[in-house]
Amino acid sequence: MRDLLITGADLAGEGPADLLIRDGRLADPADAGLDAERLDAAGLIALPGLVDLHTHLREPGREDAETHDSGTRAAARGGFTAVLAMANTVPVTDTAEAASHVAALGRRAGHAEVIPVGAVTKGLNGEELAELGLMARSAARVRVFSDDGHCVTDARLMRRALEYVRAFDGVIAQHAQDPRLAGAQACCHEGDISGRLGLPGWPAAAESTIVARDVQLAELTGSRVHVCHVSTAETVDVLRWAKARGVKITAEVAPHHLLLTTDEVMGYDPTYKVNPPLRPSEHVEALREALADGIIDAVATDHAPHARHDKEHAFAEAAPGMLGLETALAVVIETMVNTDRLSWYAVARRTSVVPAEIARLSGQGRPLEPGEPANITLVDPAARAVVDRNQSASLSRNNPWHGRELPDPVVATFWAGRPTYRRD
Amino acid sequence: MRHLLSAADLSLPEITEILDLAEEMSTVQNRPVKKLPALRGRTVVNLFFEDSTRTRSSFEIAGKWLSADVINVSAKGSSVFKGESLRDTVLTVAAMGVDALVIRHHASGAPWQASQWIDAHVLNAGDGTHEHPTQALLDAFTLRRHFRRTDPTMIDFSGKTIAIVGDLTHSRVARSNVLLLQTLGAKVVLVAPPTLMPSGVGSWPATATSDFDDVLGACDAVMMLRVQRERMSGGYFPSAREYTVGYGLTRDRLNLLRPGTAICHPGPMNRGLEISADAADAADSLILDQVAAGVSVRMSVLYQILGGADDPASSPVREATLR
Repeated sequence: MRDLLITGADLAGEGPADLLIRDGRLADPADAGLDAERLDAAGLIALPGLVDLHTHLREPGREDAETHDSGTRAAARGGFTAVLAMANTVPVTDTAEAASHVAALGRRAGHAEVIPVGAVTKGLNGEELAELGLMARSAARVRVFSDDGHCVTDARLMRRALEYVRAFDGVIAQHAQDPRLAGAQACCHEGDISGRLGLPGWPAAAESTIVARDVQLAELTGSRVHVCHVSTAETVDVLRWAKARGVKITAEVAPHHLLLTTDEVMGYDPTYKVNPPLRPSEHVEALREALADGIIDAVATDHAPHARHDKEHAFAEAAPGMLGLETALAVVIETMVNTDRLSWYAVARRTSVVPAEIARLSGQGRPLEPGEPANITLVDPAARAVVDRNQSASLSRNNPWHGRELPDPVVATFWAGRPTYRRD
Repeated sequence: MRHLLSAADLSLPEITEILDLAEEMSTVQNRPVKKLPALRGRTVVNLFFEDSTRTRSSFEIAGKWLSADVINVSAKGSSVFKGESLRDTVLTVAAMGVDALVIRHHASGAPWQASQWIDAHVLNAGDGTHEHPTQALLDAFTLRRHFRRTDPTMIDFSGKTIAIVGDLTHSRVARSNVLLLQTLGAKVVLVAPPTLMPSGVGSWPATATSDFDDVLGACDAVMMLRVQRERMSGGYFPSAREYTVGYGLTRDRLNLLRPGTAICHPGPMNRGLEISADAADAADSLILDQVAAGVSVRMSVLYQILGGADDPASSPVREATLR
């Protein structure tokens, strides 16, 4: 492949410079030959390729909702060069064979690196540990384990899982939801709106009580715990306390929780049904602040495609979840950059560097320096567009941003030097 | 009026019109031949995703007395498990060319969602723990008759205090009543143990208390709500006995009501739990009147939605009588 010289891009807010892509890696721009293809990136920002800690690719099992091909295509359009594929597929990713299969599906699709997340418990049943060690030793080198969709409720099992994964520097990514406080029916933040609409409530305390427990289990075991999709101000308080104590805890926030509020649910439109649910504006504000402070370490999409018919039920019975890969960076820019809460350097950390560190990915989230893998996302910070769900690369249309004007940042994505997305 | 989805959709003049027409409709109930031709050729489907003999038969009789063709479709059980989406079920029924769908669903918001998908009129016959607007209308109808015995010209409920007592969290009847009574100008007092008080009740147009005895003497009406015994296993209250002592309309509490205080219950009653036999059968108990009002009020609502009279003052009852 010809060398590619990207000229004049602002490297994550550090100032303009040239980037030379040669054989999948970055090289010294001074070495660029006259025959190198050139891409004028003046006015654009170059970020290390984004890393999503929390993607549902649905394959194997629900290829009508998303496949590795469609999902990683959506990832590339959103500026991602790596996605962690959650374990709640059919079958569940709870064995070394299943993990290797997921990794192979990702390689075949080829639009982004796919790293399987392993289940914590067999079949996500919350009762017995899955083969964590075999998944870690497999070719897929699983390091992140999660029963996402379900909480590891049993404190003793959570403790054992935390202890066990320490042997291979794994991390347990917890879906924090006390099923007794917020059961399977819970679908709306418990408050004024759930009371008026008569929707089963999901109290904020059902999240923060589990996080508070897990903080102490992480301290007890000295292991790493990661909190999925933090949605409440109370959880932020617990995280702040935990980090002050030096506990090895990290946390992510989903883009929708940075912008959308419970008000969206007023029309009973299941597009806005998501778990954990959309929260009132005071929580949204606390989450933005926590992401700015670094109390929340990363943005993760919780991209959750669903076939149309699985959303066309009564609100309480519809499948929870919304698309996120293509719009994640747009929402981060809208809520965090355009409000001066995050610099581009910090955006690179929250969307790429830190998630790669949490997942122990050696080839992602690296500095844009010669010798590093050429994973680059080129961003136009000023472009805006109205989101059209029908233009999505995803097979699903449960897009909560449809019809909204948002930043339209991603100009091109390069994964290992190869363009996986380039705007026409 | 295109749909009836929420009691909040109705203005005071609209409520008055519905109740006035229901008064006329109620005269039909006592005729030997009960049919009016008003909705001849119209088709009404009762689409019930949840069993309800009482509400379904009330809507069915109301439609039939107005000469509409009424079909009952039972879609019981979660459509999720049947593999058919709510949208498909609703579109399938609507595609048969029905004029109105009367929808009862175990999940909140389903009739509202249906109204977004189809052209037919939608009437909410009770959705989950959300609303039951025709129940609130028939309660208002019954109460207005009761109040008019002493004040024959009354129109709204200003100056009246109405207590709604019981499982407010899970009650669609309570939500619709709060909204309708607000429009009618009544002062609403909600009484329940804190475990059965809806979240965010402080933002409702009502006052909330857990002390039933404190409000007894100030009420013009008390609406007792059905309490399901399975709430005990959910930890909402410890025992039936304790519930009755705190929140039941017992014989002792009956004696603390002012004379003339109306007693309502949407049924079916748990005698001995939320309401004593003495209260249920008291002279001021309107419980059977509520059932009787169900048909007249639903006739009125169906006519308001489907009648399409050019002259709003026209009356299907008078026209039929003249003919």
